[in-house]
Amino acid sequence: MEILNKKRGFLSGNDGVVRGALESGIGCAFSYPGTPATEIGEVFAEVAKETGIYFEWSVNEKIALEAAAGAAFSGVKSIVSVKHYGLNVALDSLLPLAYLSCPLVVVVTDDPGCFSSIQTEQDSRWFSKLGKIPILEPSNSQEAKEMTKEAFKIAWQYKIPVILRMSTRVCYSRSLVDFGLIIKPAKGKFKKFEFKLGAARTVELHKNILEKISEIGKLSESSKLNFIEKSEGMTGIITSGVTYEYVKEVLEKLNLKLPILKIGLCYPFPEKLVKSFLKNVCQAIVIEELDPFIEEEIRKIDSIKIHGKDVFSETGEIKPEQVLEGIAKILGITLPKPPQIEVEKRLSFLCPGCPHRSTLYAVKKVLGRKIFSGDIGCSMLGIFSPLEMQDFVVSMGASVGIGHGISKTTGEKPVIFIGDSAFFHAGMPALLNLVYNKADALVIIVDNRWTAMTGHQPNPNTGINAMQEEAKSVDIAEIAKALKADFVKSSNVYSFDQLCNDIKEAYAVKGVSVLVANGECRLVVVRNAARKGIMLPKFEIVKQDSKLEELKNFGCPAIQKEDGKWFIDKDICWGCTVCKQIVPSCIEISK
Amino acid sequence: MKDNFNLIVAGYGGQGILTATEIIVGASLKEGNDVRETELHGLAQRGGSLDCHVRFGKKIFSPLVSRGEADLIIAFEAVEALRACYYANKETIVILNSKVFRSESKLKEIVAKIEKVAKKAYVIDADKIVRAETGAITGTNIFLLGYALGKGAIPLKKESILQSIKENIRPRFIDENMRLLEKGEKSD
Ligand SMILES: Cc1ncc(C[n+]2csc(CCOP(=O)(O)OP(=O)(O)O)c2C)c(N)n1
Ligand code: SF4
Ligand code: SF4
Repeated sequence: MEILNKKRGFLSGNDGVVRGALESGIGCAFSYPGTPATEIGEVFAEVAKETGIYFEWSVNEKIALEAAAGAAFSGVKSIVSVKHYGLNVALDSLLPLAYLSCPLVVVVTDDPGCFSSIQTEQDSRWFSKLGKIPILEPSNSQEAKEMTKEAFKIAWQYKIPVILRMSTRVCYSRSLVDFGLIIKPAKGKFKKFEFKLGAARTVELHKNILEKISEIGKLSESSKLNFIEKSEGMTGIITSGVTYEYVKEVLEKLNLKLPILKIGLCYPFPEKLVKSFLKNVCQAIVIEELDPFIEEEIRKIDSIKIHGKDVFSETGEIKPEQVLEGIAKILGITLPKPPQIEVEKRLSFLCPGCPHRSTLYAVKKVLGRKIFSGDIGCSMLGIFSPLEMQDFVVSMGASVGIGHGISKTTGEKPVIFIGDSAFFHAGMPALLNLVYNKADALVIIVDNRWTAMTGHQPNPNTGINAMQEEAKSVDIAEIAKALKADFVKSSNVYSFDQLCNDIKEAYAVKGVSVLVANGECRLVVVRNAARKGIMLPKFEIVKQDSKLEELKNFGCPAIQKEDGKWFIDKDICWGCTVCKQIVPSCIEISK
Repeated sequence: MKDNFNLIVAGYGGQGILTATEIIVGASLKEGNDVRETELHGLAQRGGSLDCHVRFGKKIFSPLVSRGEADLIIAFEAVEALRACYYANKETIVILNSKVFRSESKLKEIVAKIEKVAKKAYVIDADKIVRAETGAITGTNIFLLGYALGKGAIPLKKESILQSIKENIRPRFIDENMRLLEKGEKSD
């Protein structure tokens, strides 16, 4: 593997984090998948055995963070990696851990532009102020590695959690990285520490942590993570993250020589350094993705003229051309107008043969339009045409609670959809709440055996763990029974008529009914078949008939109509048989 | 060649774009370039637009190609080729598979639009040729690389690309892919 090379490798920012952690001597890593952080966990999983570290996909981010804290309490360096709103979930434990002097490295990946996020475009740098947690922000893969090491140094020297904040483009761009030595992990030993309860003690700890931050503030002033590139220009550029790389190119392109202050450690904020930088310029341009975090800090300490969010958007990814246009605009440079190209949007779709499609379509067919409470996962794509089902999607597990609230206040029985991983993550306590509080709802748990949307990580349902060892596979229907749902049944999504009957039966029951819709993620099935050289059947239309029009509502992307004729694109038919079950007289297995 | 070469590989999810990109990255590293690459993967669903950016040369900072700065666009589908023309200028070569996927647009019109903003569009029905050759379209990516190479559009040695294919493709598919590369190189 590239990341275990001796000297150098071509790494993504996510890889860089893993290498940096290995060079810091970590003993364990924990995560719950969430893109753009997902690959950090995947790479840890891949190298764990060979490097002697422990890695797990935890059931959610809070548990991942807590496990990492347990390791740190035992003297072992540990790291947890989550996507931006993954840290929302873990926050409840992160903040007290800061009070408890727990040396942790928390990697959080923001997603400007929301390439793989539908919930929020939040800027995780604010967690630093909320929790008094130092925050480091790399611009490229080499820095991702170095700053991970630096994060461990600060965490263990000052006994404090440290956040390494990445952004999509840093996570997902690759460049050559020079390596240091990998340090072997140490074995843990839990040493009891003094732990007292009481308000006074919590206030005391709060005071301690402020003192620490003030100490680390001194470090921030002299840290090599914050550096100035001197130049004669009277406009100074202050930047952080990937936009630093764009600034370098843009200045070259415009043939401008402007001083740059690059900020890698933005909390505690290096006030003195910034002031000294501003002394030599007449105005500053602050270029940072998402919120005006650095800009606001500067406005607090200096009255110099600043351009920032007046020019560079607070939403979306900042691209190199926007840095070019922004700097040009501020400096009064005119650029040629680029040609405009209009292109249709292309939406993602549920895979051919996807278990969610079969389930969603069956529900709509049997029950008509109900209140459809949606959850996070591949099933979200059921929002698009032709299914157009879920009325909303909020966060992992939220489908259950929100559906509950709607049914309590409207008296209507909602249909709640949730995937297996989301069910384990936050759906289980929510289902318990439904039972306890006498809800009237149908909960359909689509059990595709994997955490699919983030790229098929195993979960408590899969039968293997992150390190590819055999693991227990829990039975979701048994869980629902144990939670005392009023009706529980499992159904196979590929036996279409039976599935329809089961939906009808489940919905008719008053109270909490749970239908576990079983069907392995079709993409996994197809990949495994290809690996083993097994040919899955392909289907074809054998008779043109008006009945085929129904397939429009089903929406398998392999089934298409051209010049009035239906056909199945064999390149992408994944042989699930459901179309044949819907229109049996017109479709056959193709020979 | 200018100091830096900017390449976009575009298509939609599930077309083997990442492998094609990997091969070019491997080849450009072999030739001692500074290389930066970026693509957004990590999501499982199919069908969404996908573009990979590869930049190589003396010293690269930005992993993203800037608007209007691509030297070459290799597109696996026509609508995606047009989308990638955001990165095109009057010197850009566009290599494109003639497939139009899940769209009402007509190939001819798309190509006309591309030729308005780029220097030249080379259009080929790669899926058809590859299917005739191998029975499936999984090899379209390598075929298109060969096609681009044949048009002199990739400033890398064929040797480095061959070597990189060997390192990036599962052993039992190497021979087939070598054939597809050759076939692509010789296609008009
Ligand atoms: C708090 C939080 N963590 C992680 C994610 C990222 N995420 C989006 S979809 C998904 C997978 C859901 O898996 P599952 O419920 O099994 O549905 P599937 O995609 O397999 O159908 C994850 C982890 C998220 N949206 N929110
Ligand atoms: S990855 Fe699996 S669960 Fe997700 S859309 Fe494809 S088949 Fe469905
Ligand atoms: S069998 Fe039918 S529904 Fe299933 S993937 Fe093939 S065309 Fe689509």
